[in-house]
Amino acid sequence: MSELVSLHENPTEQFLRTDRMPHIWCPGCGIGTTVNCFTRALLDSNANLDKVSVVSGIGCSGRVAGYLNLDSFHTTHGRAIPFATGLKLARPDLDVVVYSGDGDLFAIGGNHFIHAARRNVDIKVICVNNLVYAMTGGQTAPTTPGDALTSTSPYGTFEPSFNLPQLAEAAGAVYVARWTTYHVRQLAKSMFEMFNKKGFAFIEVLSPCPTLYQRRNKMGDGMETLRQYKELSKRKDGASTSEVGLTRDGEIVVGKFVDRDRPDYATLMKAHYQHTMGDKYVETGAIICQ
Amino acid sequence: MTVHADPKGVLTGTHFIDGDHACCEGALAAGARFASGYPITPSTEVVERFAARIPSVGGVFIQMEDELAASIALQGAVWGGAKAFTVTSGPGFSLMMEHIGYALMTETPCVFVDVQRGGPSTGLPTMPAQGDMMQCRWGSHGDYEVIALAPNSPQECFDLTIRAFNLAEKYRLPVMFMMDECVGHMTEKVVIPPADQIEITPRRLTKQAPDEFLGYKADEDLVPDIAKAGDGYRFHVTGLTHNEKGYPSMTVKTQDKLIHRLQDKILQNADDISINEEVDLDAADVVVVAYGITSRVAMKAIQMVRDSGQKLGNRKLRIGMFRLITPWPFPDKKIRALAGRIRGFVVPELNLGQMSREVERASGGLAKTIAVTHAGGTVHSPEEIAEAILEAAR
Repeated sequence: MSELVSLHENPTEQFLRTDRMPHIWCPGCGIGTTVNCFTRALLDSNANLDKVSVVSGIGCSGRVAGYLNLDSFHTTHGRAIPFATGLKLARPDLDVVVYSGDGDLFAIGGNHFIHAARRNVDIKVICVNNLVYAMTGGQTAPTTPGDALTSTSPYGTFEPSFNLPQLAEAAGAVYVARWTTYHVRQLAKSMFEMFNKKGFAFIEVLSPCPTLYQRRNKMGDGMETLRQYKELSKRKDGASTSEVGLTRDGEIVVGKFVDRDRPDYATLMKAHYQHTMGDKYVETGAIICQ
Repeated sequence: MTVHADPKGVLTGTHFIDGDHACCEGALAAGARFASGYPITPSTEVVERFAARIPSVGGVFIQMEDELAASIALQGAVWGGAKAFTVTSGPGFSLMMEHIGYALMTETPCVFVDVQRGGPSTGLPTMPAQGDMMQCRWGSHGDYEVIALAPNSPQECFDLTIRAFNLAEKYRLPVMFMMDECVGHMTEKVVIPPADQIEITPRRLTKQAPDEFLGYKADEDLVPDIAKAGDGYRFHVTGLTHNEKGYPSMTVKTQDKLIHRLQDKILQNADDISINEEVDLDAADVVVVAYGITSRVAMKAIQMVRDSGQKLGNRKLRIGMFRLITPWPFPDKKIRALAGRIRGFVVPELNLGQMSREVERASGGLAKTIAVTHAGGTVHSPEEIAEAILEAAR
């Protein structure tokens, strides 16, 4: 009998709550792939993991917070961003990441997204865009592109959809990128870059929902979707975000679209109070009670 | 366990300020260093004062984009380690209901201030009512118990705001601070004592090591200790039904255990939580149960009846007052005991009958309950209440 070969532990395993496995995501779902990229970015960034908090909303992607072995908050539907805003303003020493889905962040939570971007709160927002509400059974989302079948659009959707990078740029985000779950290395690198960016940073990740989007639209399984991502994607770093809107079967423009600097909320607040109040201003770091 | 207030937030002295401003000073004295708000009459002055004061105390005020954001941003700050609150009125309070539920389920210590105005909907933005008393108890979905306090003067707006924060920390829940427009906008003397005379309940931070810590394993008082972000505990917080570790566990058994504990931690500690003002209750024939601004009108009514020399048989009619300082948890036992020895309760309130139903329920048919209702917009006339007192004595 041959000896057992000792395999090295997966280096990203330390980031996962292995006692919560198996996860709830379907075979072929892309959310787990994005989590893998996220853990890779954390590993590369040498971040102090005790100082990283992840905040999610509700939905399939909202479950990410629960699987990451970090301080993690599974909040209410659409409200991950304002929760993260409060956490970051009270604890500027923490890295605060919002990890959620397209319905959560851009329908019920859309108002919070644009206001946090306008304020340039120093939080990092990762949106897993699977083009539908998946947890509730595949309903139309504000991102569902073109004429697609969903459970609430049985004759196909006709509403125009959001172009998320354009929305993020217009609202004031300092970093905007889009990848698909095919682009694992590029996505991990982008997440790494985002960590080093001060201000409101946004990454959209296009991800298959084979169970509720691809299947209903006869677009094949998760593997087939990755093949489509590969064929349809075109990298255009610095592309004008007005020209990167998604269609049902058309080109998927990926890359880093926006990387700019402007002072974040806390920096503006401190500078302003110092200017207007002088010595009376009591500058605070972390707000921690007795 | 208590500690003294941090003097940085305590504006010791004698002031002539309104209830909204006094509430803000109470929050600062209690240690609140974070507030998230959204403008709404007649509550805005609380956060306006906080916005003016906090840069020189040390902390953050942020005006959010709506009440949903305001009511969850403060919870993010709390999990970071801050004491935090939000302030609103009728329509904003309606929008905050989901996040009151989130704070209850996740046991997030915080304070929600509601300066009540006429409703429903936009109603009477600048005029008083007490129509949110049941909403603060039942407004979020599901079963739970809350703590609610109702001040009747600017001084109490200060004192009881501190109590609200202390109870929030001790029992880990959102405490409802139920003011009304009159109390909020009424200006009176407010005495703020020195910091070393103000007792503060500190956060019950866990002393356990991260690998031993269970974020929702309760102590003997049915309340779990808490961790804050950034300390290496790597804890999880969710609004889903969760086990002692804080992980989602959607089973009948977990739900039963968790929801009963959330209820019992308030009900079993009700004697510690509940303070109420009891005036001339011994040998009373009629007891007026009132709260907030209405309790002050009721005192006038009681005095009027006394002055008129009303008799019961051949002796003077005896009238007492039970002032609900803690409407929730409702003082069932005390009302029941009173019901067994008096002729009737009179319950004036600026709504069409909310706490009066509780009085009627708790009295279990042993005494009659006369509700003196009012749709809001102004206070009762003392005569209306006096008339009800006489009716109750008959």
